[in-house]
Amino acid sequence: MYEFNYHRPGSVDEAVGLISEDAKILAGGQSLLPTMKLRLAQPSDMIDLAGIPGLSDISVDGSTVTIGATATHASVAASSAVAGAIPALAKLASGIGDAQVRNMGTMGGSVANADPAADYPAALVGLGATVHTNSRTVAADDFFTGIFETDLAENEIVTKVSFPVPQAAAYVKFANPASRYAIVGVFVAKTADGVRVAVTGAGGSVFRASDMEAALNGNFSASSLDGIAVASDDLNSDLHASADYRAHLVSVMAKRAVQAAGG
Amino acid sequence: MTAPIIVTLTVNGEPVNRAVEPRLTLADFLRDELGLKGTHVGCEHGVCGACTVHLNGATVRGCLTFAVQCEGAEVETVEGGTDSGRLKDLQDEFVARNALQCGYCTPGMLLSAAELLEQNPAPSRDEIREHLSGNYCRCTGYQAIVDAIETTARKRVELER
Repeated sequence: MYEFNYHRPGSVDEAVGLISEDAKILAGGQSLLPTMKLRLAQPSDMIDLAGIPGLSDISVDGSTVTIGATATHASVAASSAVAGAIPALAKLASGIGDAQVRNMGTMGGSVANADPAADYPAALVGLGATVHTNSRTVAADDFFTGIFETDLAENEIVTKVSFPVPQAAAYVKFANPASRYAIVGVFVAKTADGVRVAVTGAGGSVFRASDMEAALNGNFSASSLDGIAVASDDLNSDLHASADYRAHLVSVMAKRAVQAAGG
Repeated sequence: MTAPIIVTLTVNGEPVNRAVEPRLTLADFLRDELGLKGTHVGCEHGVCGACTVHLNGATVRGCLTFAVQCEGAEVETVEGGTDSGRLKDLQDEFVARNALQCGYCTPGMLLSAAELLEQNPAPSRDEIREHLSGNYCRCTGYQAIVDAIETTARKRVELER
């Protein structure tokens, strides 16, 4: 691995001040370290967020669950407060990667990395979450912009994500049996403002299935999705699944998620 | 070379203070700086789990963690778990069940199994397999490993009665 300078700031402001052109933010490092080992990334500086007090806090206040950027997947999965407010979110976290990844990997890292097959983006878009950075808030719908691409500016750090508590929600994925990445994952949420259906793993970035949302707004039942499929034109095709198969899986996972959410 | 960083941590109960290169992984730190060769390095990019150690009581991959990230942390390796006797019943059952051939994955398997049994004293076979999903064995298949962990769990529960 290439060498780099290491920084351990004590505050978000200090961390932002350390950002330079070739610097990388280090949270859990579970995607960043493999990328560096493959020499696909060569940061000059690593800015470790682990020393910033309060950045891993998880809180629930009635209608909102807030998860700090450096909260690990394991801590979200084990949080009785999260499980009580949005059980689908705790369950999603419990299925990310494997135990070792969940013990190190973080909410902020997953969100900022925006892997097309990551689980959390589906929860953020499915629940209509808000991403908080050091300088602003961004709606999840506007945050994920492409393959490993987000709306984050160079000098921005994700500090926390807030999730409105839905009436009902569920996440179901067809996981790669080795990595547990979503070949296709669908997050369905029934909210006061209507049903949201977010799909991860299938395309270049998480997206909403608007035809499915319209059908489920009419009748929140798996049978409402009969005959509704997403177009396969822009979906991923790789050794794990063709675009057509992914399109098929979106419908199957969506129906299972609706059923799991009580529909 | 980038400036070395002083890292202070506890490894298997002993205080450790070293100057390390930032890019040194925890696995290489344990093996090459401290001579704790029980932590194995297999794939070196976060897939095989041979480098699994406990960081503040939770399993992590030593190859996907920098030593400098462990400032103030408590690290336990298979050597520590062996010396303390914490892994003894698991180790005995691995031997009894022939749950290893080459033994390369075994330290990681033991530490993952130890974590599981702390979180869930009576796991199902499916739950055992799920918790071991980050630890690859290329010799035995997993049947005997699951047998060993299942039996250890049962014996621990019986002992507590």
